Amino acid sequence: MSESFDPATKKELETFLEQQQAHARFNQSVHHFTDMCWDKCITGTPSTRFSRSEESCLTNCVERFLDTSLFMVRKIEEQREQRIA
Amino acid sequence: MSDFLKNPLSSGSSADATARKEALMNQVRSELALTNAQELINKMNEKCFLKCVTKPSTSLSSSEETCLTRCMERYMQAFDIISKSYTARLSRESLEPRL
Repeated sequence: MSESFDPATKKELETFLEQQQAHARFNQSVHHFTDMCWDKCITGTPSTRFSRSEESCLTNCVERFLDTSLFMVRKIEEQREQRIA
Repeated sequence: MSDFLKNPLSSGSSADATARKEALMNQVRSELALTNAQELINKMNEKCFLKCVTKPSTSLSSSEETCLTRCMERYMQAFDIISKSYTARLSRESLEPRL
């Protein structure tokens, strides 16, 4: 099917697909974070609105998860350097 | 010269190709939107069942249904908050050079 497109259109479609894939990866991450952070932050029965602490917990949860990931990478690198030295 | 002198095998005017391109793009968009919606519904189902239906009986009680309604709203709101938070983080990290 794609063989019937001219080179310029093919290029355009490639770019389009890359964007859509990036978008899909982003959405996958948000699903994953929402899953984790919901369990961590929403402990009571759901009410008609979030409490202030639930809302800030959700926001902080993403940030701290990413910090945790960076922290671990840094630690592992440190340990590897120590072993080499 | 005119269209009918073109090779009929290299058929399809550029308008036709544009239409096919648009159709393909729309198909990709709608399939991704569908996958995203399914994922959200599955997760929401799991989380809200866990929270609201603590002791399954012969049917859903009205209080369970109230809980489920609120839980759905909150789960979608949580998805939204987290999406914004993640977006903000990503744009911050791409601006600041990594220390």
